[in-house]
Amino acid sequence: MIQYLQNNGPVIQAALSQHVYLALVPVLLGIVVSLPIGYLAVRFNFLYHPLLNLSGILYAVPSLALIVLVPSVLGIRILDPLNIIVALTVYTVALLVRVVADGLKSVDPLVAEAASAMGYRRLRRLVSVELPIALPVMLAGLRVATVANVSLVSVGALIGVGGLGTLFTRGQQLNYAPPIIVGIVLSVVLAAILDGIIVLIQRRTTPWVRAAGRIAS
Amino acid sequence: MITFDGVSKVYPDGTVAVDGLDLELPTGELTVFVGPSGCGKTTSLRMINRMVEPTKGRVLIDGKDVATGDAASLRRGIGYVIQAAGLFPHRTIVENIMTVPGLVGTSKKKARSTAVELMERVGLSESMADRYPVQLSGGQQQRVGVARALAADPPVMIMDEPFSAVDPIVREGLQAEFLRLQRDLGKTIAMVTHDIDEAIKMGDRVAVFREGGHLAQFATPRELLSNPADDFVAGFVGRDRGFRSLSFDSAAGLEVEPVAVAQAGPEHLVLDDAGRPLGWSGPGLGSDAAPTHPGGWYTTSDSLRLVTDLAITSPVGIVIRVDADGVADGVIRHTSLMKQLEARRRREVDVA
Repeated sequence: MIQYLQNNGPVIQAALSQHVYLALVPVLLGIVVSLPIGYLAVRFNFLYHPLLNLSGILYAVPSLALIVLVPSVLGIRILDPLNIIVALTVYTVALLVRVVADGLKSVDPLVAEAASAMGYRRLRRLVSVELPIALPVMLAGLRVATVANVSLVSVGALIGVGGLGTLFTRGQQLNYAPPIIVGIVLSVVLAAILDGIIVLIQRRTTPWVRAAGRIAS
Repeated sequence: MITFDGVSKVYPDGTVAVDGLDLELPTGELTVFVGPSGCGKTTSLRMINRMVEPTKGRVLIDGKDVATGDAASLRRGIGYVIQAAGLFPHRTIVENIMTVPGLVGTSKKKARSTAVELMERVGLSESMADRYPVQLSGGQQQRVGVARALAADPPVMIMDEPFSAVDPIVREGLQAEFLRLQRDLGKTIAMVTHDIDEAIKMGDRVAVFREGGHLAQFATPRELLSNPADDFVAGFVGRDRGFRSLSFDSAAGLEVEPVAVAQAGPEHLVLDDAGRPLGWSGPGLGSDAAPTHPGGWYTTSDSLRLVTDLAITSPVGIVIRVDADGVADGVIRHTSLMKQLEARRRREVDVA
């Protein structure tokens, strides 16, 4: 095991950094895409159910099927890392649209109305009143999406692109346990670290939520 | 001055919320819109800052149609207080109060010092400045709501059931403090309530609405109680309106008897060395050393309502008047008070 680590340091490092890249880029893209869609779902009542049902269906598509399907739709090679990124972005969007919509719906209508009555225009009200109040719900959803992405990236190894997942396939092919163990441990640790970072962001950006907790206790 | 000029609001489904409203709210006065639910009072209020747009007619502030120009700019010039305060949960108290100054581009430093001053003005300690709304009681939140509405010093304010989310004792305190504040500020205020007692207590004028968006009566609280326009208004202001209308008349005009009258006989008034009333002594009452408390006394700046109430609750049916130093300077017997009230009533309605 120790010998495996000593001999394969660069390989493991490369797999890890690719894993981080493949997991995080879809999260960032997913945030950018799902914010406007989630907003539209809440802003226009008639869009709410169609948009949320659509994202629910997308989320239900099996990941492997999506990874096989994306190249033919986009006209890229199946081994292109873009393939994984697009597939995971679809999942992230599917998950976050509901999260953004739920977050915006968690804003007390009386508070939104007070903002308008004091002279906020729509965009500024969204940015400085509604989104900050929706943040706790949205960040909770982001934690789920991020951790899910870290584990989903490994699936990409089945087609040859997959960060730490490649360690699993190699170990299986060689019938050799150490790469598999290293892959699992790093994958879990990575998920925990990313989750921890979001929790820290949550504490820094929403001190008022903890103020509420202090009152309750 | 806020003017409603033939204002109607009909919703697409045909519901008439307000029907041909003509009304003038005088500058510097507090006008209360009151009525049962569905009478159009809130809709009318919300037309002042264009949260609702009328389907017919115009709303003017100092002669200028509110529909001309930009709604957001208009709203920044109109203080807004709502039920349960509607504070921003993610902003501290001082940040909440700084909202409108922030929108109109006042410097942070100046906005903050104004906000802290306002906190003191509405009875909040400065130590609360950096707390979040959730850490405050309902009454404190409502004070923040008032401070927030005042922050940009708007000449006009609208208040939608501002005190209805707090318990009755806190509400009375908030009402009284707000009236004191308004005496200094002299804002032109429109306020909605469903509570007729609040309307009569707070309003310089009261607009009573009835179902279907009609104005039933627009009058001073006193006139409303003593001379309701019709059965609807009379029913709405309540059965004890005669008693309540006494709160608008000063006790200064009442004829009193000398205090000495109450100091003779088996039931007598006990005073301290300075002449301040201590209580009643006599059979069934306390002793000279420990007299029964009279329940209260009045000064010439109190209302007839208080005097009448004291006459009802006094252990011996005699009300004590005191001067500014608390020294007893006259008494009125129950029977004498009733005669004087009757004479007053006859004068008012011109019955010989």
